[in-house]
Amino acid sequence: MEKLVYLDNAATTRVSKAALDAMLPFLGDSYGNPSSIYSVGRDAKAAIENARGIVAAAIGAQAGEIFFTGSGTEANNWALKSAVALRKDKGNHIITSAIEHPAVLKTAEYLQTQGCEVTYLGVDKFGQISLSELENAIREDTVLISIMTANNEIGTILPISEISKIAKARDVLLHTDAVQAAGSIPIDVAEMGVDMLTLSGHKLGAPKGVGVLFKKKNLKLLPPLIHGGGQEHGARSGTENVAGIAGLAAALNYRVSQLPQTKLAAKRDRLVAELLKIPRSALTGDPVNRLPGIASFVFEAIEGESMLLMLDHFGICGSSGSACSSGSLDPSHVLLAIGLPHEVAHGSLRLSLSEDTTDEEIDFVVEKLTGVVAKLRKMSPVWDGE
Amino acid sequence: MYSEKVMEHFANPRNVGELETANAVGEVGNAKCGDIMKIYMKIENDIITDVSFKTFGCGAAVATSSMATELVKGKTLKEALNITNKAVTEALDGLPNEKIHCSVLAEQAIRAAITDYYKQQGNDPLPLVGCDLDCEGCGGH
Repeated sequence: MEKLVYLDNAATTRVSKAALDAMLPFLGDSYGNPSSIYSVGRDAKAAIENARGIVAAAIGAQAGEIFFTGSGTEANNWALKSAVALRKDKGNHIITSAIEHPAVLKTAEYLQTQGCEVTYLGVDKFGQISLSELENAIREDTVLISIMTANNEIGTILPISEISKIAKARDVLLHTDAVQAAGSIPIDVAEMGVDMLTLSGHKLGAPKGVGVLFKKKNLKLLPPLIHGGGQEHGARSGTENVAGIAGLAAALNYRVSQLPQTKLAAKRDRLVAELLKIPRSALTGDPVNRLPGIASFVFEAIEGESMLLMLDHFGICGSSGSACSSGSLDPSHVLLAIGLPHEVAHGSLRLSLSEDTTDEEIDFVVEKLTGVVAKLRKMSPVWDGE
Repeated sequence: MYSEKVMEHFANPRNVGELETANAVGEVGNAKCGDIMKIYMKIENDIITDVSFKTFGCGAAVATSSMATELVKGKTLKEALNITNKAVTEALDGLPNEKIHCSVLAEQAIRAAITDYYKQQGNDPLPLVGCDLDCEGCGGH
């Protein structure tokens, strides 16, 4: 097989060595059910509690505030639905942003069908919400603000601690989806001032199928989304994914130990600078407050899926928010929210780096992508350049 | 998701570019939807003697354009008008469901080019070509 140049680490990541080492015992001899009383069961239980402590320490929380879930999506669902249930006496109004992940947006839409009212805050061209708009959107019956820590498509980092001040002043719960941010920038729940926070394992070097919901201690126990045997303090039933949980903790711990990702950001900056030499190309997202690994672009007059297929031919993996690559008729809601016209948003490309990305790979991608854009433009009826 | 034939036509599209000798051009789709197909034809004595295309769109849009040009080359106008989106799809060994609209665009692009030709000849294209589904262009007949 030809060499794979994997620049889609915002989609998912390779399982890190730290995670794999932590997981292997629980895929082998230590296969006990954590609820069992004998030693292999107790070992599994101890591994989960150890992992809980590691995750808590990595995000400035206490162990009792960490709940393991089956995914980031589950954690986001749980957070929104719980906030509504916990605060139903206060009201049923939720504030979120137009650029959230579907795990938040679709849950909000579902809650609308259940009688909730939802305000979707717009964003500027960098993907930033307006704090004054947020302040004005808060009503007497607002129960929750859910704003992501960083956006997965354009890499924009949002000012959660500023948002928290506004939420606290008006006694509104604050949840943040930190799935894309965790492991890439420091996450400290106290500093951020959040009541709930979502993490996902597979975005930071753990396997797929494990996530975390942080819930502040003083918040009442969340109503369970999944009922059953009473695992996770009765809050989330289902026999625990012991290996996945151990892997998530080890992966997060490793990634946090590598922060800040200065070298990665420098590589990203070089990739961005090189690719912006392509005529009529643009960076999407916030040029300054930006995740270190995400380079996202639009190239005029060409379509994203075609770009991905041609890059795939060279073994390069990226992603696009074009309609064709998402299987819908519209390009990504994030790209439309930052004000890109449909026809430009169709030409989007996201390249997301990891610490394993080499300078040679960046050179290779720059060379190949420059050729791909030129080739597609040459066959494009809307390209009027040279 | 794509058949080998689609990938082959995408990687090596046939008849790409503008045709300088063209005497008929058809363009369908729009950039907002992410697909534009433009087909150029050189028509002599009701035979499509040469053809080319330019396409803005996904892999399936490029592959169906390429296949459409292959299918009409050397054909009479009547034969070309009988080429359906289904024929384009079958010639590519199938398309994913969400990409069938690309083959529809290819069929429409062929019809649009031939319509353009008839108009230039001073003939009413409607009885010859039938509805080209360009509702905006024909006012919804």
